[in-house]
Amino acid sequence: MLIGNNISLDVGGETHLSDVSFEMAPGGLYTILGRTLAGKTTLLKSIAGLVTFDSGSLHNGGEDFLKTPVWKRNVAMVYQQFINYPHFTVFNNIAFPLRKKGLDKAEIQRRVSRAIDQVGLQGFEQRKIQELSGGQQQRVALARSLAKSSKILLLDEPLVNLDYKLREVLREELKALISSQFNAEGIVVYSTTDPLEAMQFGGNLIVMDEGRILQQGPAVEVFEHPANCRVAEITNDPSMNLWKAKLEGGAFKIAPGLELTASGAVDALTAQAADDYTVGFRANDIRIEDGGLEFEVELSEIAGSETIIHLRRNDARMIARVEGVVSLNLQEVVPVKINTDWLYVFDKNEQLVQSPFRSKN
Amino acid sequence: MRSLYTTLKYLAIALWTAFVVGPFLWALSTSFKDFSSVTSGAKYIPWMQFEPTLEGWKVLWRTPARGGVDIVEPFMNSIMVTTLASLCSIILGTLAAYALSRYTFKFGFVKNNDITFFFISQRIMPPVVLSIPFFIMLSTFGLLDTIFGLIMVYIVLLMPIAVWIMVDFFNKVPREIDETALIDGCNPFEAFFQVVLPNSIPGLVVASMFCLIFGWTDFFFSFILTFTEVQLLPVRIVALNSSITPWWSLSAAALVSVAPLLIVAFVVERFLSKGNLSGALK
Repeated sequence: MLIGNNISLDVGGETHLSDVSFEMAPGGLYTILGRTLAGKTTLLKSIAGLVTFDSGSLHNGGEDFLKTPVWKRNVAMVYQQFINYPHFTVFNNIAFPLRKKGLDKAEIQRRVSRAIDQVGLQGFEQRKIQELSGGQQQRVALARSLAKSSKILLLDEPLVNLDYKLREVLREELKALISSQFNAEGIVVYSTTDPLEAMQFGGNLIVMDEGRILQQGPAVEVFEHPANCRVAEITNDPSMNLWKAKLEGGAFKIAPGLELTASGAVDALTAQAADDYTVGFRANDIRIEDGGLEFEVELSEIAGSETIIHLRRNDARMIARVEGVVSLNLQEVVPVKINTDWLYVFDKNEQLVQSPFRSKN
Repeated sequence: MRSLYTTLKYLAIALWTAFVVGPFLWALSTSFKDFSSVTSGAKYIPWMQFEPTLEGWKVLWRTPARGGVDIVEPFMNSIMVTTLASLCSIILGTLAAYALSRYTFKFGFVKNNDITFFFISQRIMPPVVLSIPFFIMLSTFGLLDTIFGLIMVYIVLLMPIAVWIMVDFFNKVPREIDETALIDGCNPFEAFFQVVLPNSIPGLVVASMFCLIFGWTDFFFSFILTFTEVQLLPVRIVALNSSITPWWSLSAAALVSVAPLLIVAFVVERFLSKGNLSGALK
């Protein structure tokens, strides 16, 4: 069990980590989701021992990690930049940590070959790092981490610098590799900015923002019950649409002529005194349909088989994701329907009070 | 237009080459002359304009007792002082540079950049300013006119160059490479020697080159800090200039003193043009 308690770090007046606490169990996959500068890398480096934090504690299976220097912690880490040893061949790159461990030649040979097979770099053993493509370089870094069979594997946005197609392929492979290698006793910590990636990996989600952990729990649960507005934004791509609203007469009034009615959600809330709320709904719960409210198109972009549309009605803005390729002109006025069955309601402190996934409440 | 540009370009290159190579050729030709060939007007081409003689070169290897000037001993002194001082400067300077590049130091208001500047500031002052304190220090410790004393002084003069070049170089080596080495089980010293240093060879080569050049060509400090026991090559060459200047052996000695640097330059040039050294890191 890897346990961090109240970890804080300020660098030059800037908060990098603020009161971060977590528990990671062996055999678990933990995905840290957060935008850039949320503190993901700092947290991973703290676990590795590369960053010394100001206060807080870090224990691994009863061992005080703060008293263990980096090189004795037996962790593995893959960076978002492709970091390898440029003066070594692929084989020697992967063998380096094993030699440091003092393993014998046959064992090193066996483990390196296995890792090379796992990441699909057969035939590249004697190549220099500079002779490899970006994707291959990242495979080498990954193989080096796998061959070590450390108890803790840290992956810091390992796919972010790869091109789109390669990212898809490697993500699938990575998922398989992680589950095959770290099923029983290893802890895998994976950081990403991409909510979709976080959902695909599943496991446990740790949502970070501005150095704080906003919410942690099983990925599905966080997705269904985002603790507050910020989590709802971070865990959705495009961000969840959030509108300030007043609850009047059984409907959420956002602006004159713009109101949302969600019977179930409103029923449960009428008992509460507060009347200032924030309502949230996902981009794919918006449809362009006759008879809907009229919105003006601010921006429309086709993303593969979907269309992302930025819409505006006076001060109320939202982003819709619509199936299929939809051609819209800018400034065009379209009728829009919002599926209020999937409405999230946050109170005036932006904390979740109502999720459409009521069964779990 | 284009051909005019090309012509001008080659003309400029030719002029510059003549400007650089000319003095060497002149010295080479002079070194084979005797008294009469030097003093009877400008002559350039051996056998046609003057009769070449090896006397100017032979004098250099003859002991003073037999009327020679013996540059072998100062030559060896120069080699020893320059290489040892350069070696120490590179070793100390590289370690200092790595520390300055990777760790944050703070002594009151003095921070990393100030320390780096302190090193470089040793070279900002005119040598004359440094000469008196150096003289007093060396004489206090009885190190005047010794090889050891000279080496110490040259380390002070050369190390800033090494620090300066290597700090810049290490700053370009991604910190994540050191971190990965630490994660992979290296302690900080192993990370430096086994991972960072092997990837810093181009920087080391350049820094060594500069140290060797500055050390080898320095005249001022060896002139001030030595008398008779230990003489370095530049001082001995200047000392040749007595009542009658022996231009022939002076030229020969000058060529001898340039030779080691030329050899180093050729070796280093091959080293650097291998290419893989200068773009080893992405």
